[in-house]
Amino acid sequence: MVSLPRVVITGVGLASPNGASLAEFRANLLAGRSGVRRYSIRHVGETLAGVAEFDALRYQSRKEVRRGTRAGSIAIWCAHEALVDAGLAQGRYDSARDTRYAPERIGVFPGITEHGNVETENQIHEVAQYGFDLAFWSHHHNPRTVANNPAGEATLNLGITGPAYCLGGACAAGNLGLIHGVQLLQLGLIDLALGGGVSESIHTFGIFASFKSQGALASHTDPTKASRPFDKSRNGIVVSEGGCLFALERLDDARARGAKIYGEVLGYGVNSDAADFVLPQAKGQAACMRLALSHAGLAPRDIDLINTHATSTPQGDEVEAGAIREVFADCPTTFVNNTKSFIGHAMGAAGALELAGNLPSLDDRVVHPTINVDDLDPACAIQNLVLGEPARVERVDTILNMSFGMLGINSAVVVGRPR
Amino acid sequence: MTNDEIVLAIKDIIATIAPDEDLAHLKMDVRLREQIELDSMDFLDIVMELRKRYGVQVPEQDYMELATLDGCVKYLGPKLADKQLKLASRA
Repeated sequence: MVSLPRVVITGVGLASPNGASLAEFRANLLAGRSGVRRYSIRHVGETLAGVAEFDALRYQSRKEVRRGTRAGSIAIWCAHEALVDAGLAQGRYDSARDTRYAPERIGVFPGITEHGNVETENQIHEVAQYGFDLAFWSHHHNPRTVANNPAGEATLNLGITGPAYCLGGACAAGNLGLIHGVQLLQLGLIDLALGGGVSESIHTFGIFASFKSQGALASHTDPTKASRPFDKSRNGIVVSEGGCLFALERLDDARARGAKIYGEVLGYGVNSDAADFVLPQAKGQAACMRLALSHAGLAPRDIDLINTHATSTPQGDEVEAGAIREVFADCPTTFVNNTKSFIGHAMGAAGALELAGNLPSLDDRVVHPTINVDDLDPACAIQNLVLGEPARVERVDTILNMSFGMLGINSAVVVGRPR
Repeated sequence: MTNDEIVLAIKDIIATIAPDEDLAHLKMDVRLREQIELDSMDFLDIVMELRKRYGVQVPEQDYMELATLDGCVKYLGPKLADKQLKLASRA
């Protein structure tokens, strides 16, 4: 067995519907504050969404914001904030040029569920005003819609010249960005990775319309109650935007510079169901959990906290609960929670944001709750599912973060308390 | 549109495209790209805005005519003579 360098998380930059920093996000997760609100978008009309509020102009010029995409702005925000949090930058424009790592040894890897729909819809809307005369189709369309756009915008803004591209993995993508960063660090190809996920999906009407057609779009008279994984009355997904990038370094490098260490990436797993375009499969999910455990060299009992993917759809939550019950059948000290109940489904950012929201548990041993479960669906019952209020537990040395996506992609990451 | 209005029209378009730039002291006879940060994508934006706001088509071979504000007035004068000024920026 090849011994690979250990990789740790040393910074977190995020923009979530209920917080634009880890401290704010975590505080709201412990206080039970949802970030879901009423939202309107053309053709769909009134609906619900998680909207990420952050000051894009802190790190971008107005021209950059205008020229780029929302996902680009989110990636830029998260990249800067991660560097600042890691103590590698001072929080000003061009700050990556000041880090201890050479710009060509820094990689940027945002996971994305989709990218380009927003701009394409905007352009079709625009040319429709001119009788579909394509002379009015913007020259910005291609650079805004290429699949590396969010990563590329971050490199332009920060002066990073290392590898930077997006990992398309539907709603499993947030874990993929982190995993890819770990891999390149272990291969010695880079010295610093900014890995995680971003999503601008609330700006495309198509994603709302498609979930609606599928019978999977949440509705509720109270927006803050709409995302309710595992509750009997759950009726679909709340689409959200946001992002989260982790600063990842090899443990030796992090220690050498005296970095604060949030946790170590102990293992991961990614697999495919090969079964259905949209329906999740317990078999593939369970296999993915076992894959990550095996990669981390851990048994199910060694996992102290499982952050579920559950999106508040009737079928998806039940399938995942079944997979967890199967893999973690005899694990009395494994606790389980869900972050989407607060922020909705941040798509490509979901996995990364949800891991970030739970990272502090390695330090404070408090498990944030799953909110909005007024009437637990027996089909979703899982031992030690933390409901309503945060739980202070004996031990949180390990977190298993699950993210699944369409076309049957499953991803899992295991993060451990710094040792 | 008068010549002064054409200058206003161009400055208004640039204010939309390059919102961080100070346009108050733009010289008429110096190339715009030497006075403010404008790249080729921005220039295509100016051409697009002229098309959208005033229905003016600027063929590629004429792009150089728009290099200075003086050039814009000279080239666009006849094309904008019967058009109304439309301001979209903060102005």
